[in-house]
Amino acid sequence: MKYYSTLIFELSKKGKRAFSMPALDVAPVEADILGSPLRSDLPLPEVSENELMRHYVNMSQGNYHIDGGFYPLGSCTMKYNPKINEDISRMHQLTDIHPLQPEETIQGTLQLLYELQKDLCTVAGMDAMTLQPAAGAHGELAGLMMIKSYHEKNREYERVKIIIPDSAHGTNPATASMVGFELVEIKSDENGLVDLDDLKKHLDEKVAGLMLTNPSTLGLFETHVREIADLVHDAGGLLYYDGANMNAIMGKARPGDMGFDVMHFNIHKTFSTPHGGGGPGAGPVGVKKILEPFLPVPRIEKEGEKYLLNGDYPDSIGKLRSFYGNYGVLLRAYAYIRSMGPDGLRESSEHAVLNANYLMNLLKDEYDLPHDLTCMHEFVLAGLKNPGDATTLDVAKRLLDYGFHPPTVYFPLIVREALMIEPTESESLQTLESFATAMKSIAKEAIESPELLKTAPSTTPTGRIDEVFAARSVILTYDDLLAFEEKQRE
Amino acid sequence: MNKVYYTKEHEWIKLQDGKGYVGLTDFAQDQLGDIVYVELPEVGTELEVGEAFGVVESVKSASDIFAPVSGEVVAVNEELEDSPELINDDAMENWLIQMSVEDEDDLENLMDEEEYNDFIGEE
Amino acid sequence: MIHRYIPKGDGEKEKMLETIGLTCMDDLFADIPDELRLKEPLDIPPAMSEIELLRHARKLGEKNSSLSTMTSFLGAGVYDHFVPLIIDHIISRSEFYTAYTPYQPEISQGTLQAIFEYQTLICRLTGMDISNASMYDGASAAAEALLIALSDKRKSDNVLISEGVHPQTLRVIRTYLHYRNVDIRVVPLKEGKTDLNAAKELVDEKTAGMLVQNPNFFGTLDDVSSFSEFCSDNKMVSVLSVDPISLALLEAPGKLGIDLVVGDGQSLGNGHNFGGPHFGFLAVKKKYMRKIPGRLVGISRDTNGKRAYVLTLQAREQHIRRHRATSNICSNMSLNALTASIYLNTLGKSGFREVASQSLSKAHYLYNGLLKTGAFQEVDSSPFFKEFRLKYNGCVGHLLRELRKRNILGGVDLGEYGHEGEILVAVTEKRTKEEMDQYIACVKEASA
Repeated sequence: MKYYSTLIFELSKKGKRAFSMPALDVAPVEADILGSPLRSDLPLPEVSENELMRHYVNMSQGNYHIDGGFYPLGSCTMKYNPKINEDISRMHQLTDIHPLQPEETIQGTLQLLYELQKDLCTVAGMDAMTLQPAAGAHGELAGLMMIKSYHEKNREYERVKIIIPDSAHGTNPATASMVGFELVEIKSDENGLVDLDDLKKHLDEKVAGLMLTNPSTLGLFETHVREIADLVHDAGGLLYYDGANMNAIMGKARPGDMGFDVMHFNIHKTFSTPHGGGGPGAGPVGVKKILEPFLPVPRIEKEGEKYLLNGDYPDSIGKLRSFYGNYGVLLRAYAYIRSMGPDGLRESSEHAVLNANYLMNLLKDEYDLPHDLTCMHEFVLAGLKNPGDATTLDVAKRLLDYGFHPPTVYFPLIVREALMIEPTESESLQTLESFATAMKSIAKEAIESPELLKTAPSTTPTGRIDEVFAARSVILTYDDLLAFEEKQRE
Repeated sequence: MNKVYYTKEHEWIKLQDGKGYVGLTDFAQDQLGDIVYVELPEVGTELEVGEAFGVVESVKSASDIFAPVSGEVVAVNEELEDSPELINDDAMENWLIQMSVEDEDDLENLMDEEEYNDFIGEE
Repeated sequence: MIHRYIPKGDGEKEKMLETIGLTCMDDLFADIPDELRLKEPLDIPPAMSEIELLRHARKLGEKNSSLSTMTSFLGAGVYDHFVPLIIDHIISRSEFYTAYTPYQPEISQGTLQAIFEYQTLICRLTGMDISNASMYDGASAAAEALLIALSDKRKSDNVLISEGVHPQTLRVIRTYLHYRNVDIRVVPLKEGKTDLNAAKELVDEKTAGMLVQNPNFFGTLDDVSSFSEFCSDNKMVSVLSVDPISLALLEAPGKLGIDLVVGDGQSLGNGHNFGGPHFGFLAVKKKYMRKIPGRLVGISRDTNGKRAYVLTLQAREQHIRRHRATSNICSNMSLNALTASIYLNTLGKSGFREVASQSLSKAHYLYNGLLKTGAFQEVDSSPFFKEFRLKYNGCVGHLLRELRKRNILGGVDLGEYGHEGEILVAVTEKRTKEEMDQYIACVKEASA
């Protein structure tokens, strides 16, 4: 990796260019015709093509990435991004398609999406699927909106409470607020699972639903999930499944069979599509029959041999975004499912769980394992057993020096000094062992030479970064930077 | 010396010239770490005891600040807008808001310094 | 035989199981109650090899007619602007597309710097102070902008939306706001512009903000200055949705007093992709810094004083603020935003203006050419940029089918949006005089 921080604006020199265009072949029209105030200055950079290429290549070398190394990020499922997915997502016949083209010109695309919906329903045990949501959080939004519309349709307007365990992802409560629900947080029991007694206390005529991640964010399967589902259903509520941890159970168990009414997938986790440095992803949402009328429109359907987009659903929650979804991402997921087949998907989950348990076993002598049970695809450590002064943050930063991306840290909130580790099925035995060796070595350093942890990282493109300075000085653009430097000089 | 009262949410209030000065305790600023932003209410806002009236942010947290008593906001400490770190420097000196105290009985439900120290000792 | 994506050699699985004291894979799933365990394989098609899958995908592709074989005058939010070749070379680098969200800044400087440059470029185009790292798309960005306006509790009863806003954006806003009991009041157009006199009748002291699109759905330009004045007179937030390409020519909305600017970034170097992924941008005046949803990247320094980029002001976001966050968004369209940055940097000061000017000139060429055929009439005489609507004397559906026989996608039938007999046509710099002359010739034939 490499340190490079020069901004494109600092490379710009008047008169350089990186573009070429044909000469205008019709009469020029002046911008005055717009009858609007016009711009006197267009402050964009001026660089040549070769400089531009080098700028981005240099910049890219400041990034860790899955093609280069291991990412044991809990709840993020950083698995390998197969290359055929990329090639298929660049096939012009499949991608150079305007979303408003006539249906008869997009039959291949609609067929592919229809099949994807069907396959996702099969993996989930759901009855119908929408591919529209752009991300997992967007899927949560769709799901909770459908739950609200369902209760409104039944004239149960007093159902305003959404129950969420304290171990949930932050998006769960944020989504509930966005849809205008009241939030009820329930405690986890000593194993990090839903505390049934606490749950029962909150089940009344005001309950709209329960959001659950299963396996939980601690990587443990809710053994009482059917009981939970019955309790919530008996109280008149619906169950939402957060699909973040779906990589643990493909082909082994299905949210639909567990009693969930609605769920989202994180396509960029479970179905191998690249994270792109933060997006795009996709968050398809599956539902049971009772929620089907509320799915976003248009829906992709098949009539005889013809595929079509059907917007005619009066109870639908409407549209969540423009057009039909992150198609480019969905194409990759389709390619993945076709590459894997039923056995490949099941094996992926099995090896993801095997890898997690194997790694957990390697680490539990040096690190505090609060829930020493068979885990699913991930596990959570509560920091070092003998930390000295070292925090989980120090361990994470020191891992960078060993060439590894750190695990998810300080989440879930219910475990102090949490290190949440998810190796995925993509890692070899050799990688798991070298990661464990690094972790053990850090545990030793924490006692013998703690300054190595406190001053880490020392081998990365930058040292530890001052986040307080960033939050107080708020320099969010190059122009802010120029103004800040000007002020410093004064 | 005017008596200082403390809440379980780690605010303090001190009566001076008939107004209540409200701030965060030293314990709270220490727990939060470097404070990077304080969101304060507008002057004139009516507050109920226990109502959240602002937010204090560190890099990794956002915590509500609650009214220790009922009353109206009569002034806010504008210095904190540009220099939130003042709270880290001296939490007892750098108040957040001044408010009217509608009912002095509200103060009776709060802790004094000794009780507060015991309280944070337990936490 | 183990799948090629699972790196286990012979005997390794057994060795690992033995180490952890288990005998078979199913032991790992003992916590799943028996009645929930799948006994049959998933009912999905069997695995395909690369050869088979490529063949299968090509066959699906052959069932489409893509833009590789058709000339497109379709727009309505997705435009056929040229995508410079350098873009795919850069975004295909593993370092960019296979990286995670930059939560560990010391090993994510590339993504962070890319976002920082993106934020700067969007601010410069829009004249705003702060841009986030991008949103899902233009429609959801518009909805989230209105949520910022609605976060003022004293003004959370209703919003005004111009009839010129893309119908699809309006639908998305209706979905987002339905569950918050916000009244959506649509302000009609008059002579192609938002009728601010009508807006006066709709606004009240509890109106949070107003959204206008410029150029609007029909391609025509609105009066941005009057709109922003109207909003400040009524103490509400002005939200303007823009076509970023038009900002090569038009004054930056920030200079005209607009509070929040949103838009869809597809035009900026992102391919069609059947409507996604693209990205939305959301940029605000400094006053709204604490309310803007999504990621922000700022400049800081490392322990040695070196310049470094880092995610900042995270206390606004859902992973910290949980149910009190302005939005639940937990991603950004990083790769699409990177695409937009590369696009803007490739075209640069003169190229970006050239794209806009050529689109403007060509759209007017086709507009005049179509009018001259006698088969069309003007709907109104408002100025337009690269997209326009006309009233057709015959059946629009028939005309579009005739055009398609000649491999021309002639535009959007506005009958589907309640404007019977009207057509919406988009022209980019990619269209040639020859292609437009073919369009005109075909109209003459079809109307003869």
